[in-house]
Amino acid sequence: MDRAHTSSEPDTATDTGKPQSVFHRTSGDVPTQLPPLGPEMAPMWPPKRDLAMTLLFGIVVYTMPLWLQPFGAAYPDLMQRFAIYGIFAIGFNILFGLTGYLSFGHAAFLGVGSYTAVWSFKLLSLNVIPAIVCSTLMAGVFAVLIGYVSLRRSGIYFSILTLAFAQMCYNLAYSVLTPITNGETGLRVLSDDPRVVDSLFGTADMAVPRASIFGIEMAGMAGFWTCATCLMIAFIVALRITRSPFGMMLRGIKSNQTRMSYIGFNTRPYMLTAFVISGMYAGLAGGLLAVVDPLAGAERMQWTASGEVVLMTILGGAGTLIGPFIGAVIIKYFENIFSSLGDSALMDAFSFIPPAIEKWVVFAVSPFVGEGWHLTLGVLFMIVVIFLPGGLIEGFRRIGRLFRKGR
Amino acid sequence: MTKLIRPSRRRFLHGTALAGAALATPTFFTRGAWAQDFCNNPTGSTVTLGFNVPQTGPYAEEGKDELRAFELAVQHLNGEGDGGMMATFKPSNLTGNGVLGKKVEFVTGDTQTKSDAARASARRMIEKDKVIMVSGGSSSGVAVAVQSLCQEMGVVFMAGLTHSNDTTGKDKRRYGFRHFFNAYQSGVALGSVLAEAYGKDRRAYHLTADYTWGWTQEESIKNATEAQGWETAQAVRTPLGAGDFSQYLTPVLNSGADVLILNHYGGDMVNSLTQAVQFGMRDKQVNGKQFEIVVPLYSELMAEGAGENVKGIFGTSNWSWQLDNDGSKAFAKSFGQAYGRPPSQAAHTCYVQTLLYANAVETAGTFAPPEVIKALEGFEFDGMGNGPTLYRAEDHQCFKDVLVVKGNDNPTSQFDLLSVYKVVGRDEVTYDPSIFGGELGPYDGGTCAG
Repeated sequence: MDRAHTSSEPDTATDTGKPQSVFHRTSGDVPTQLPPLGPEMAPMWPPKRDLAMTLLFGIVVYTMPLWLQPFGAAYPDLMQRFAIYGIFAIGFNILFGLTGYLSFGHAAFLGVGSYTAVWSFKLLSLNVIPAIVCSTLMAGVFAVLIGYVSLRRSGIYFSILTLAFAQMCYNLAYSVLTPITNGETGLRVLSDDPRVVDSLFGTADMAVPRASIFGIEMAGMAGFWTCATCLMIAFIVALRITRSPFGMMLRGIKSNQTRMSYIGFNTRPYMLTAFVISGMYAGLAGGLLAVVDPLAGAERMQWTASGEVVLMTILGGAGTLIGPFIGAVIIKYFENIFSSLGDSALMDAFSFIPPAIEKWVVFAVSPFVGEGWHLTLGVLFMIVVIFLPGGLIEGFRRIGRLFRKGR
Repeated sequence: MTKLIRPSRRRFLHGTALAGAALATPTFFTRGAWAQDFCNNPTGSTVTLGFNVPQTGPYAEEGKDELRAFELAVQHLNGEGDGGMMATFKPSNLTGNGVLGKKVEFVTGDTQTKSDAARASARRMIEKDKVIMVSGGSSSGVAVAVQSLCQEMGVVFMAGLTHSNDTTGKDKRRYGFRHFFNAYQSGVALGSVLAEAYGKDRRAYHLTADYTWGWTQEESIKNATEAQGWETAQAVRTPLGAGDFSQYLTPVLNSGADVLILNHYGGDMVNSLTQAVQFGMRDKQVNGKQFEIVVPLYSELMAEGAGENVKGIFGTSNWSWQLDNDGSKAFAKSFGQAYGRPPSQAAHTCYVQTLLYANAVETAGTFAPPEVIKALEGFEFDGMGNGPTLYRAEDHQCFKDVLVVKGNDNPTSQFDLLSVYKVVGRDEVTYDPSIFGGELGPYDGGTCAG
């Protein structure tokens, strides 16, 4: 594939009002700029297909309570997590998938978002909207600070810098900043918090404080619908960014940053913007975590949480739009469902096998469930990285191609 | 190349899908419980309890022992095994035929000794597995976090091992109950013993686990020892699960302190105590006095982990399997037969909490939380190994004797590591509930509707 024919297009694109159609048009003669990870990244998808993809994604997200039933995952807490970590991974992908800069410190923004949201519940109002707005903005501020410093380096140095900042945030939250974060115990919403705005309207007095949107409490399914809606918005914004000239610029940086500079672009502002956007996504996810469960703990910022989002993105397919969400669902599913399966559940599951063999099957499978869920995840991850470097999305695409050929 | 891989991947995907579906079958979601008037009203012939214990992290050993005790309690409630403390527990409405005729089942979760993970795991148990009660845990941070979650969702929480004053003090909740004693009681019990053994002119150095339990224990022990005339040289906070404490231990000897107080628990305490002993602290003379180490909250599992190093070290304990009363004997026997080891205090408190909950349900005649809570509040009982015990209505704290224990100088077996030095009476450790503030909150108002 010819990967040259570079970034003069985006320049013309910015002049027009409709970048989408411009890309569609130009894509006819520019089937280029294809990083090795799959065609979805190329801006040659017609808007109609984007629309179809958005609709499909929306259907998948909003029907989660139905299609997750057979998997035993259709309970609010887990579905909320699917949506929230979906947002987190989609946002991470804007940085990692588009520019190729691997941040190992995104959990810091998740944590900042959570703490901000809980403080908003405590000081302002139990309403969800100010909480998620504040948490997104606050994460953005942190992202500007961390990004400004970290983006002076690229490659492994960038990763290490972000990791260092995240661990710093984690340790601060855990020790020095205990008055703000309440340390290990975690920051909680209490019934005697001030809640200035709520008390103006005389609604501050409640026995069991819980986040709400104008009276709808964020317990159970209501929390899920809120998260799902945020996920949809986040997805559409990510789609627009990916298809925009700005997204093109980011991909240009990924394929060859030096060339971008020689052409005359100062890449740093683009990188910083991508970093901040992606940090704000993480902040939104963190805010939503606090919305559905008003408690913020420092462990959300630990490096394992940062690593998790990298896994999600790579597992699903870095650089694709839907991949990170799929990765998030799979990892959270493993963490919550596989980890709770015990031997007795296995016995039930394999009860259709004759008892003599059943014992051996259970013996063989049991290291992979329960506490051993990390093992299963590790195996799955290895299989994906070795055979499907483009993530599960590549797998789906290959299967799709197979069917098309078959016909 | 791709041709070769293709069919096998397809088969692999098929297999995965099949296995996934098969694994998921038993966990099918049973809907249709919409008409319930409270969270997770058990409608079938069984009732599910949720046991949320640390299976990983610094308190994992405690968690394992708690799980053993829960399994034993469930067996006894269902009329299996020898019944343990069911026979000695008075006044009891337990039948040995499940709870209200329903067979008791349970699910478990891993708190990881992290508030976040513990809440996620508790929510899974409540929303997916439809548990009627959550119990367990070995950290006050977790207990406080899960307790407020349970209040929000309207599910009773029977705390496991939690020793912070906050659990039934500033952070107490109507739906949370604690059988374990607390740091304030440890301080009262330990203060006089320490003054007796080590004199009134001492300087103490605190190393404190940096979370709610550590903070309140440090404060309580400080107050109790200072009331005896001791001084506090310094109090240093260490992160939970730090692993290596040498950087915190080196400054101790230069601080002019002659007593080191380790406000650590579980794996942390095993590490910090072992390192302190390896540093030769116990052989040192400071201010003309023998340097001493105190571990205010002690457990058999920790003593097992620290081995030789616990010899002669003072601490307090909620319960010991060596106590000479019917309840303790019955429980230790039944636990020993099942698992080949004596139960720890963590196991004891979790077992007792499960029985107390089941009994409250039988007394109330319903699983409805407000009625169960009322049955527990102010409940006075005996025969659970601690002598006469009161579940105080004002703060849901149990009041009973507190044990001051000391590491055995000449242990007779690997389990005979601690001996009871003094039993401090219930009246001495009873305090006014208003000193810690806090609000219990309402009887209803929680919702877990999906």
